[in-house]
Amino acid sequence: MTTKKENRVMVTVIGQDRVGIIAGVATILADAGANILDISQTIMQEEFFAMIMVVDMEGAKLPFDELKITLEEKGKSLGVQIMAQHEDVFKFMHRI
Amino acid sequence: MPMTISNDEILETIRMVQMENLDIRTITMGISLRDCSRTDTESTARAIYDKITKKAENLVKAGEQIEREFGIPIINKRISVTPIALVAESSSDQNYPVIAKALDRAAIEVGVNFIGGYSALVHKGKTKGDSALIESLPEALSTTERVCASVNVATTKAGINMDAVAQMGRIIKATAEATAHQGGLGCAKLVVFCNVPEDNPFMAGAFHGVGEPESVINVGVSGPGVVLNAVRKNPEADFGALASTIKHTAFKITRMGELVGRAASAKLGVPFGIVDLSLAPTPAIGDSVADILEAMGLERCGTHGTTAALALLNDAVKKGGAMASSYVGGLSGAFIPVSEDAGMIAAVEVGALTIDKLEAMTCVCSVGLDMIAVPGDTSAETISAIIADESAIGMINRKTTAVRIIPVPGKKVGDHVEFGGLLGHAPVMQVHPFSAQTFINRGGRIPAPLQALNN
Repeated sequence: MTTKKENRVMVTVIGQDRVGIIAGVATILADAGANILDISQTIMQEEFFAMIMVVDMEGAKLPFDELKITLEEKGKSLGVQIMAQHEDVFKFMHRI
Repeated sequence: MPMTISNDEILETIRMVQMENLDIRTITMGISLRDCSRTDTESTARAIYDKITKKAENLVKAGEQIEREFGIPIINKRISVTPIALVAESSSDQNYPVIAKALDRAAIEVGVNFIGGYSALVHKGKTKGDSALIESLPEALSTTERVCASVNVATTKAGINMDAVAQMGRIIKATAEATAHQGGLGCAKLVVFCNVPEDNPFMAGAFHGVGEPESVINVGVSGPGVVLNAVRKNPEADFGALASTIKHTAFKITRMGELVGRAASAKLGVPFGIVDLSLAPTPAIGDSVADILEAMGLERCGTHGTTAALALLNDAVKKGGAMASSYVGGLSGAFIPVSEDAGMIAAVEVGALTIDKLEAMTCVCSVGLDMIAVPGDTSAETISAIIADESAIGMINRKTTAVRIIPVPGKKVGDHVEFGGLLGHAPVMQVHPFSAQTFINRGGRIPAPLQALNN
């Protein structure tokens, strides 16, 4: 496993869709110097909006802990739930 | 860069954590205290305190950091140590509670909620250290808060030490009396085992076995809520399909344990031991093993069919989990602690679940009669006989069994006792009124069974 891969995090946004969610999250990530590698979105249970971003933390200026808190606070102001988790959680759970 | 994990998988993980109580139940650091033996208990206690506070200094911090990074709650950070009977035996005096208090202080200092290993292994007989430790249990458990104790009284290889079984009945009674003002809480921190595992991360039975390294990280996973949801989504599935669903779910839960264990091991510079694949319920609604059995189609946990349902569940959890981890160990099976499982409590309250049915259930799942409150006037001999029955099940079936029973002072059948926190609350259950005194008073050992002769 390369070190670069180990520094990727998944940012997930779940909640009611509204204007400004992607912009809000992308701004925080850009300010932190974290690079968005991929974005996708889906509708869960025909009601909830779920956006998933793969983010490279390699060049980030902000430590992961602080970025996570900033994102969570942004989520509160947008009325959605924003989570940032290390990519390994997903890789480990579903793959050997 | 392509996404290697599908959106559905990502959302499934998030749902399991956010909505189905998926968590890591415990990261337990095993610490050898074999180099802490001194010539008196005071100096031994000091050496123990110093070693634990140094070794486990960063345990809680590392655990919290992993929680944040992965977004998976880690409920408990705990410590297990070498059985104290071995460590303290070189002391010329027998003031063992001094050591229990040192363990308690060390646990408070490093911020863990339980420390296990105030233990003795007496399946074939007792040394003077074992005797002193067992005699000190009522005082040790009533004067400390976080210390957990265990005594192994039987193995498949050695048989059952019935003298120790008889003694443990009396010790459990005395411990209940010593903690009467807390509903006999001391007994909730005392487990009597048959075939005790040396790498179990779960309390109250954890200790650091003599074959273990200097220190080690063991992880206990949880997740009854996740399994419950998977079972509920498949109301029409036949048993093969149901077992398969549970296996898939257990695999995912266990992978989280493996991930957290490896991360903690790397952060602390301590070798990774095992993942214990147990389904450990909590008093939280929906985090119940009884609810899973009921979701399989039983009106109430404890009715006819419960043992078969539990056998399927336990086996499927192991099969799924075994694939997910490089090193599986500890108890690894479904736990059925009454007071820690809202569904079990409800089943006892409506009269569906009795101590006899629980005993049958322990034949097909891990551990045994766990967190069972019985009337305060239950005799020591009856408690010993309950321990003897459980030990016999473990001995013959080459599995771990255990008894954690609380004869609640002043309470009778139908009353309730509150232990608080993860230990939950328990309805006081009926025991058989007929005496086993003459049987228990025979003394000696029940010989090792034919199953032991496999060399």
